[in-house]
Amino acid sequence: MSNPCVHCGEDCANNPIIWNEKSFCCVGCKTVFQLLNENELYTYYKIDQTPGIKIDTQDFGKKYAYLDNAEIISRLYEFNEGDYRRITLFIPSIHCSSCIWLLENLNRLNKGIRQSRVNFIKKQVNISFSENEVSLRQVVELLASIHYIPNITLEDTDKRKSNQQNKKLLFKIGFAGFAFGNTMLFSFPEYIQGTLGIDEKYKILFGVLNLIFAIPVITYSAQDYLLSAFKSLKHRIINIDFPIAMGMLAIFFQSAYEIISKSGAGYMDSLCGFVFFILIGKWYQNKTYQALSFERDYKSYFPVAVTKLDGDVELSVPLEKINENDIILVHNQELIPADSILLKGDANIDYSFVTGESKPVKKHLDDMIYAGGRQIGSSIELLVKNRVEQSQLTKLWNQTEKADEPDNLNKLIDRVSKRFTVIVIGISLLAAIYWSVFNPELVIKALTSVLIVACPCAMALSIPFAYGNTMSFFGKKGFYLKNSDVVEKLTKIDTIVFDKTGTITQADMLSIDYVGDYLSDKEISMIKSLTRNSSHPFSNAISNYYKDISIISVLNYREIPSRGLIGEFDNVLLKLGSIEFVSGTTTYRNDNSSNVHLSFNGEIKGNFKIRNKYREGVDLLIENLRINFDLHLVSGDNDAEKQKLTYLFNTDKNLHFNQSPAEKKAYIQNLKNQGKNVLMIGDGLNDSGALKTADVSISIADDVYHFSPACDAILESSNIKSLTEFIKLSKSSLKIVKLSFIISFIYNIIGISFAVTGQLSPIVAAILMPLSSVSVVAFVTLFTSVVCRKLNVES
Amino acid sequence: MVVIFVLIGLSLIAAIIFLGAFIWNVRSGQYEDDYTPSIRMLFDDEKIINTENQASKK
Repeated sequence: MSNPCVHCGEDCANNPIIWNEKSFCCVGCKTVFQLLNENELYTYYKIDQTPGIKIDTQDFGKKYAYLDNAEIISRLYEFNEGDYRRITLFIPSIHCSSCIWLLENLNRLNKGIRQSRVNFIKKQVNISFSENEVSLRQVVELLASIHYIPNITLEDTDKRKSNQQNKKLLFKIGFAGFAFGNTMLFSFPEYIQGTLGIDEKYKILFGVLNLIFAIPVITYSAQDYLLSAFKSLKHRIINIDFPIAMGMLAIFFQSAYEIISKSGAGYMDSLCGFVFFILIGKWYQNKTYQALSFERDYKSYFPVAVTKLDGDVELSVPLEKINENDIILVHNQELIPADSILLKGDANIDYSFVTGESKPVKKHLDDMIYAGGRQIGSSIELLVKNRVEQSQLTKLWNQTEKADEPDNLNKLIDRVSKRFTVIVIGISLLAAIYWSVFNPELVIKALTSVLIVACPCAMALSIPFAYGNTMSFFGKKGFYLKNSDVVEKLTKIDTIVFDKTGTITQADMLSIDYVGDYLSDKEISMIKSLTRNSSHPFSNAISNYYKDISIISVLNYREIPSRGLIGEFDNVLLKLGSIEFVSGTTTYRNDNSSNVHLSFNGEIKGNFKIRNKYREGVDLLIENLRINFDLHLVSGDNDAEKQKLTYLFNTDKNLHFNQSPAEKKAYIQNLKNQGKNVLMIGDGLNDSGALKTADVSISIADDVYHFSPACDAILESSNIKSLTEFIKLSKSSLKIVKLSFIISFIYNIIGISFAVTGQLSPIVAAILMPLSSVSVVAFVTLFTSVVCRKLNVES
Repeated sequence: MVVIFVLIGLSLIAAIIFLGAFIWNVRSGQYEDDYTPSIRMLFDDEKIINTENQASKK
């Protein structure tokens, strides 16, 4: 980079904006620098090099006007008393130490801000401010003016709940660990008593103390397992929690009996240790990516509030308060929140996120405009026809609730634990019958001993650690799973369905070829100067295609929507656009491909062929996947690229074009009905129905912190080429889990052989249980790490 | 051997103090973000240098 922008680090090319001998790539970057400079916040540029964020539009106008609406903001506040307000804002662009520094020094930019704390992992900033001195709108506008644009949705309130659950689990682990340490200490004398034996009064004391610790462990720390086992019994299903709960209860009651009857020391230390280990496994399994959201619904896609027109008065109204026949005002770059009819203005709707098509659609008066599009250009007035929840897009979104129940039954762990439980109960009954004949005194002891040692602690721990480890490795490579269960689901996939636009092609990148007569340097700079004035994706693409070209001033520039651009340079009239527009003829010619023609003074020179650009490595990926998987493509686009795709997929049998979101969903459902395990890879809202229907869904994202539809996993677009490796890796970790099951069965056989003889001593249990758990965890962690490292995945 | 009762009492008190500290940690949200504090720690120095610089300028 020859001339990086001081603020954002982007190349300033030939026309930097100079201020104070420093060069900036755009006015936006310069403005932020000036603002920070005025407030003596230069440290921002010292901690990290060029930490700034570049944004396209600096002008946010009335975008945050809804933050003046008391009803809306009262739902956003975390704390609200007197003039003191506290709010947590999600800012996806937090990325470096400088960001933390600046956001924690906000009070130097506005005195009304009392304190601000950044949570880097969640990409959140918690701001306390005084309402009397600064309003929420001003705070948010301040953040936007330094390019830290908060993402405000009403969905955030739900997130706090899961946080509370996480805290509860930590309390449970903390208590179980505390009890484990203490009971071990009190049980120790029993194990080393040797021939002397310990004093009777200490025995009683230690026993009673153990019992006191164990009661809250079983009733509080282990309550989830007991409840889950009880529930599964009610539904007549045996899941992994069932044998666990059975073992825990057996240990607890057997030990309590021994302690109270003074017949033995009990196994309370084993119980506490067991609960402690298994909770750690659960905690490890629950570790997810906190800044990412996999369960997004339409609420997080649409704005919090909409501008409603009441006569001539503009009001900010919460989204759910919009009713049929309301008139709403949609500004430039704003989303259409509900299906409505165009009343006034030039509607140019960009449906790129809904359909994947990047060309904006021109709408006429009285046309129906469906929710989800983005207005480009001047403000428009719309008459709402359907409430937000009733709009086509949100309906599709809400229809498909993933049925979780049958899914869970298919999990390996539950299949294994079902058989395991039956076998264990069988063995314990056999042992009981045997002893009832030969030595009735040992019946109860043998029965409970088998249940105690057979408790599948090691088995229950191997999955969280094996999958959790694989998941965190995936995360390092830009593949973020919703939870570790997805690892196992991935291993079962036999069919992969791709979306086209935005998934295997880059939505915002177009490849350009010029075909036609030679263009002189001057002509090229004219083209560049003309296209840079327009926000149409094709204009952007052409403008970016001619990178280091100087710009000359244009006269009489006009943009005719859906037709082209026109402008004058020193008596040369340049026209760019469709063939009819450029040549001036009215004859209509069917032109399926996307060509931009150009003419100088009415003389046609040639055209730019604009095609979708395929993501890097996609051809190789599809070639590799073709061998083992059944590949399909469903695209909302036309079939202009069919030829290339047929070559890529090696067949045109499974290529489907012009598919509506509902058809995509039905297509997946149909594949599932044929008994296939379907992986859907998509990116936009038009895929959301299909993504929800598929067994596993992956959403491709250029920026993982930005909006993506609800899915099982988010894959960074630059890593799509590694998908084959990811699937292979999941299969390897499933194999490791199976091996670890064998190991834990061996431990169980050893333990049961002690138990059936009715001779299980507390010391054997105290050694065997932690040993089996720790060794299995070590085994799976080590092997998954080895396998992960071996695989050739570029980061 | 009464001393054993005393020692057990003391060890229990120590353990309970640690448990209490853990609960306080979780409550106050120290486990929610284990990255930012490590960065924040380094800023304080910078701030001091900054104010000193400003002071010396004046």
